[in-house]
Amino acid sequence: MKILVSAKRVSDPNAKLAIAKDGKWIEGDVEYILNPFCENAIECALQIAEANEGTETVAIGIGDDETARFIRQGALARGIDRGILVSAEEASIDSDLIARIYQGVVHREKPDIVLLGKQAIDGDSNQVGQLLAEYLGWPQATFASKVEVSGNKAIVTREVDGGLETLEVSLPCVITADLRLNEPRFASLAGIMKAKKKPFDELEIDDLDLEDTDTKVQIVGLSTPSGRKAGVIVKDVTELVQKLRSEARAI
Amino acid sequence: MSKVLILAEHDKGALKKVTLNTLAFARQYVAKFGGSYDFAVLGHNVAGVAEALRGYGAGAVHLADHADLQHPIASAWAKVLADLAKSIGADMVVAPATTTGKDVLPRTAVRLGAGMASDIIALTDSGAFARPMWAGNLTGNVKISTANKVISVRASAFDAAEATGGQSPVVAFAADPALASSRVKFVSFDGVQSTRPDLAEAATIVSGGRGLKDRFYAVTEPLADVLGAAIGATRAAVDDGYAPNDLQIGQTGKVVAPQLYFAIAMSGAVQHLAGMKNSKVIVAINKNPDEPIFKVADYGLIADAFVAVPELTAQIKALRG
Ligand SMILES: Cc1cc2nc3c(=O)[nH]c(=O)nc-3n(C[C@H](O)[C@H](O)[C@H](O)COP(=O)(O)OP(=O)(O)OC[C@H]3O[C@@H](n4cnc5c(N)ncnc54)[C@H](O)[C@@H]3O)c2cc1C
Repeated sequence: MKILVSAKRVSDPNAKLAIAKDGKWIEGDVEYILNPFCENAIECALQIAEANEGTETVAIGIGDDETARFIRQGALARGIDRGILVSAEEASIDSDLIARIYQGVVHREKPDIVLLGKQAIDGDSNQVGQLLAEYLGWPQATFASKVEVSGNKAIVTREVDGGLETLEVSLPCVITADLRLNEPRFASLAGIMKAKKKPFDELEIDDLDLEDTDTKVQIVGLSTPSGRKAGVIVKDVTELVQKLRSEARAI
Repeated sequence: MSKVLILAEHDKGALKKVTLNTLAFARQYVAKFGGSYDFAVLGHNVAGVAEALRGYGAGAVHLADHADLQHPIASAWAKVLADLAKSIGADMVVAPATTTGKDVLPRTAVRLGAGMASDIIALTDSGAFARPMWAGNLTGNVKISTANKVISVRASAFDAAEATGGQSPVVAFAADPALASSRVKFVSFDGVQSTRPDLAEAATIVSGGRGLKDRFYAVTEPLADVLGAAIGATRAAVDDGYAPNDLQIGQTGKVVAPQLYFAIAMSGAVQHLAGMKNSKVIVAINKNPDEPIFKVADYGLIADAFVAVPELTAQIKALRG
C-alpha cells in the first residue's frame, strides 16, 4: 500500500500577524508550525503503515525551502518514508490549484490513500481534500475521527453536525483528518537524524502536466476585523443578574 | 443576471433554519447584482422540506428525491447538485457552511468549473466576498474569477430571511446520484440525542470549558434549562470526554452568534473565540482573572463556577417565578 500525506506549514496561531503591503497575504517574519491537522494526517498514515507491512508513506508540501524544512522535521522525522516539495509561492495559489497540484502528484505516485488535514489554520478554507477527490473521481471521507483500513476498504468515522457518521469507502480514496483522530507522536532524536538521509524530491509545477496554473479565487485584500472591547467585572452573581436584566436586557 | 441555486439543509424531514440565513445572503447578492434564486432539496422522502420553502420567493423549489440521496454522501450529492445547476442554468451555488455544505460544495465546484469561497460573512459592493481567515484574526476579501461560483455561507453572519408569501412551484428533478459506482457506503450514524435548541438557532448558549471537568452537565444543564438555552463546549471539554463533539464551538467546530453567550470555566483561546466572539452579549465566569476570555466578555465574574453557576441559576429561576 502507498499513502500520500500532506505537510503544510502555517503561521503560529498565537503569532501577531502583519498584513503584507499588497494586502494579499501575511508578512514573512512570523513563527511557523506544521498545520495541526496535517500532524493528525501524518500520525494516521504512520499508524496505517505500522499495521500494514510493506506500506510506503510519502509526505508532500507546496511552498519554498521553508516548507521543505517542515516536510523533513514534521513528517520524515516522525517516520514518513519520503518527501516531495512542489515549489510554489504560497500566497498566490488557491485551494483549486493546490488540489490540481496534488492531482498531478497522485498521477505520478499512484497512492492508495491520500490523507490531508481537514483544513489549514491560515486560509481556513476546508476545500482541498474534497476538490482533489472530485478531480480524481475518488470517494472521500472528510473530518475523520477514526480510520480503519482493511483490505481495499477504509471504515471512517466522521465528526459531523449532529453526531458521528461512519462510512465505508473503497480504496483509492481521500481522507481528511480532524483533530480527535489521534495524538500525533513527537519526532525522536534518531528520527531527526534519519530524516536528513531520506529520499526527497523537488518538483516544479511544470513537471506535473497541469492544464493551466490559473487560480479561480484571488485574495484582493486582507484586513483586521474590529475587535471586541472588554466590558465590566461584576462583583457577584446578584450584580450579574441585575445587569443582564436591566442593562443588557438579555434575560 | 445571476441565477443562484441554494442547497437546503434539513434533518429528519424538517427544514433547518440555517437555510434561511443562507437565503439572506442570496437575496443580498441578487439585490446587488440582479437575478433570481431557486432552492435545491436533495434527499429521500423530503417533499415536506420542499413544501416548507415555497413561501420564500424562489423561482422554483427543485426536489431531487432519490433513495441514494438519503444520506448526504458527498460524491452523490455533488453530482446531483451540479447536474441540477447545469440543467437550470444556475451560475452560483450556495449552501450553509455546515459539515454537509463543507463536504459537498467543493466537489460541486469542480463539476461546474467554478471557484469556491468558503464561510462567507459579507458581500462587498465590488462583488468580493468577505471571509474570516487565520481563525478570524484577519478578514479576507476574495474574488472569484470564474463565470460559475460556489459559496458556503457562515449562517451566523446573516439574519434569517423572512417568508415573502407566494407559492413557488415545486419541480421534481430526475436525479441520477450514481452512488452505486461511487464506491462509498453509508454504515451508521450515531446521533446526539437532545431536546434542546440547535446551537445554530439558539438565542442563548450556555457553554462550558475544561474547568467543569466531569461536572460539565451538572453545571451547564440547570442553567440551560431555565433559559431555554443550547449547550456548547470548548474543544478541551470535548477532548476530555465531558461533552460530545457536536457541541464544540470554535475555529474547527460550530460558529455561533447568539443574543447571550455564557462562557463558563474556559480560558478563551483564539480558536474558541473564532466561534463565538460575534455573540451579542458575552458573560465570562472564570476563577482566574487573567484569562483572555475576560478581554471579550461584556460581563465578567471572577468566581468558582461550581458555586457561581448554581447560584446564578437559582436567581434567574426566582426572577422568572
Ligand atoms: C488547530 C486547532 C484547532 C482548535 N479548534 C478549537 C475549537 O474549534 N474550539 C475550541 O474551543 N478550541 C479549539 N482548539 C483548542 C484551543 O486552543 C484550547 O486548547 C481550548 O479552547 C481550551 O479549552 P478550555 O478553555 O476549556 O480549557 P483551558 O484552556 O484548560 O481552560 C480551562 C479554564 O477553566 C478555568 N477553571 C478551572 N476550574 C474552574 C472553576 N472551578 N471555576 C471557574 N473557572 C475554572 C481555568 O481558569 C481556565 O481558564 C483548537 C486548537 C488547535 C491547535
